[in-house]
Amino acid sequence: MLDFVQQLVSGVALGCVYGLIALGFVLVYKATEVVNFAQGDLMMLGGFFAFTFIGMMGLNYWVGFAGAVAAMALFGMLAERVVVRPILGYPQFSIIMATIGLGYFLRSIAGMIWGTDDLKIETPFSQGVLRIGSLVLAYDKLSVIAATMILCTLLWLFFNKTTLGTAMRASSENMLAAYYMGIPVKRVVSIVWAISAAVATCAGVLLAPITFIHSNVGLVLGLKAFPAAVLGGFGSIPGAVVGGVLIGVIESMAGFYLPEGWKDVAPYLVLLAVLLLKPEGLFGHHVRKKV
Amino acid sequence: MRFLFKTDYEDDIKLFPHSGYWVSYGILLALLLIAPYVLSSYLMSQLVFVCIYATVGVALLILTGFTGQASLGHAAFLAIGAYTAAYLQKYNVPFPVYFFAAGALTGIIGAMVGFPALRLTGIYLVIATISFALIVEEILARWESVTNGNEGMRVKTLSLLGVTVPRDSPTFYYLCLAVLVLTIVGTLNLLRSPTGRAFVAIRDSETAARSMGVNVALYKVKSFAISAAITGFAGVLFAHKLSFISPEMFTLQLSIEFIIVILIGGAFSLHGAVLGAIFIVMIDPFLTYLKDDVPGMIAGIAAAFGAGKATAGSIQSNVAAFASLNGLKGAIYGIIIVLFVLFEPLGLYGRWLKIKLFFQLFPLYKRATFKRQKIYVKSERNR
Repeated sequence: MLDFVQQLVSGVALGCVYGLIALGFVLVYKATEVVNFAQGDLMMLGGFFAFTFIGMMGLNYWVGFAGAVAAMALFGMLAERVVVRPILGYPQFSIIMATIGLGYFLRSIAGMIWGTDDLKIETPFSQGVLRIGSLVLAYDKLSVIAATMILCTLLWLFFNKTTLGTAMRASSENMLAAYYMGIPVKRVVSIVWAISAAVATCAGVLLAPITFIHSNVGLVLGLKAFPAAVLGGFGSIPGAVVGGVLIGVIESMAGFYLPEGWKDVAPYLVLLAVLLLKPEGLFGHHVRKKV
Repeated sequence: MRFLFKTDYEDDIKLFPHSGYWVSYGILLALLLIAPYVLSSYLMSQLVFVCIYATVGVALLILTGFTGQASLGHAAFLAIGAYTAAYLQKYNVPFPVYFFAAGALTGIIGAMVGFPALRLTGIYLVIATISFALIVEEILARWESVTNGNEGMRVKTLSLLGVTVPRDSPTFYYLCLAVLVLTIVGTLNLLRSPTGRAFVAIRDSETAARSMGVNVALYKVKSFAISAAITGFAGVLFAHKLSFISPEMFTLQLSIEFIIVILIGGAFSLHGAVLGAIFIVMIDPFLTYLKDDVPGMIAGIAAAFGAGKATAGSIQSNVAAFASLNGLKGAIYGIIIVLFVLFEPLGLYGRWLKIKLFFQLFPLYKRATFKRQKIYVKSERNR
């Protein structure tokens, strides 16, 4: 039983990271109908930025964290301006390819600048554990869970309660109509990319004590975040986090109870099952086809 | 400029619209046939890879280019073909038998992937095919009694009708070339048949195709099966060419390379698959060239412009250090993909058509002829 709870908590913590990356997918998808295959790489780059600020320049953890988030938000806007905006409105597949290309580019550039070793950031949560009875919970994992909950709530409020959020939802439904209604669609898209890069950075920095930072971390985790986003129904903010947690728990349970090899496959089997049985995901809503 | 007058449907679907095609393709084929006696063995080996990649490119074009079903899982089909060949070879099955067995098995698995894919479109299909490829990769690594796990499998030298065909012999090249040419001719015939027309109709509008009486589900599964089977054939050749296969050769990276093949070549014509394959395979020799020769060349140019010996030397070492950076290949891939998507969406073949049209219409060429139309209105979620 104790093993079970222990696995559950570490699964939830891992799942929250998937959820945070999936949140980035969902934000960009919600606002622009673009699936950003470079989301994991934005996370990786955010981690490297934070490492530069904290590990190399010796800034305070929180200052470095904030600096990395700000820098990555700017970088997200830049990436949107250079790669995505010229092909907005073209078939989705070209945008997918463009973001795959962007991901390749970021991975190899990061490898060139920061090398190929695993890097580590000293965080206030790196050491120490919380003991509840005989249950041992590491602070770094708890910090991931807490941060995910906070970010998810903030983003949900932002999308549903603010004018800017409403504008984003409107431009995702129909860019042209949103433009006619006076919404500056280009700026909205730009802001969405900034937010999603910032969320990715939070994921990257929080993850740093758990998986370390190296140039391929984004690819590995990004591929795991897809099942999370699909499970939650691409386009739903709480769905992304719930999907992420489910995938994380499934993965950690499969790693513990099933023979070796199932751990890596289980998320994708779940994904295929969801796509077959309920393609719109747990939180998505069903829509009819129009000609 | 040549005008083609078509008086009936037979004229419209001719494989060679006019005699010029016979001449140009005849010359091309002749050049390809004498290639082994002219080119170096390294270039010949690259040419074999071009044939294999182009075969996969044609397969992917049938599925992605003409039926509109994106797939990022073709490395898995290639792997299944390659492993079938390697496994059957252990039991002394002759080449023609396992060649066709690999194609048949891959085709059946392709159809099995196609059935669930019926409900999926766009991004969901891409993610589903990625998952399929990842699962196949894991199975190859774990099913040790058949695939020998991560240690990989040796593939014995090909023997065709009692004659051994080493992997770097001209005969092997001719075999790959024959498979490629037959695939292309077969695909051209497929595309002008009712099946091919149905594929294109599904790509353009699924609902419209259905209301015209096209059995969308059947044709989508057919498209998956045909595409997978061709990839399986290519997989057999791939296994023989490498003479050793292991699961880490068939990663997502390879699937992305196949997509790059048709993206760079141009996803609307079979020419694109061949041009894209040449491009992808030749990146490696190009990078080697970059590492070996370009630093000296740049230093030479700098010296010619009056730079001192010390400066030229430092330029040479700097450029050499840059050219041998670890991730350079990935960065170049990334930049190439982004540039093609942004500026040359019709790919290399599209560029060739533009150049051709420019000279045909000489003073009257308009850039807008090839302009893509933007669609802001349609939300793919509501489609």
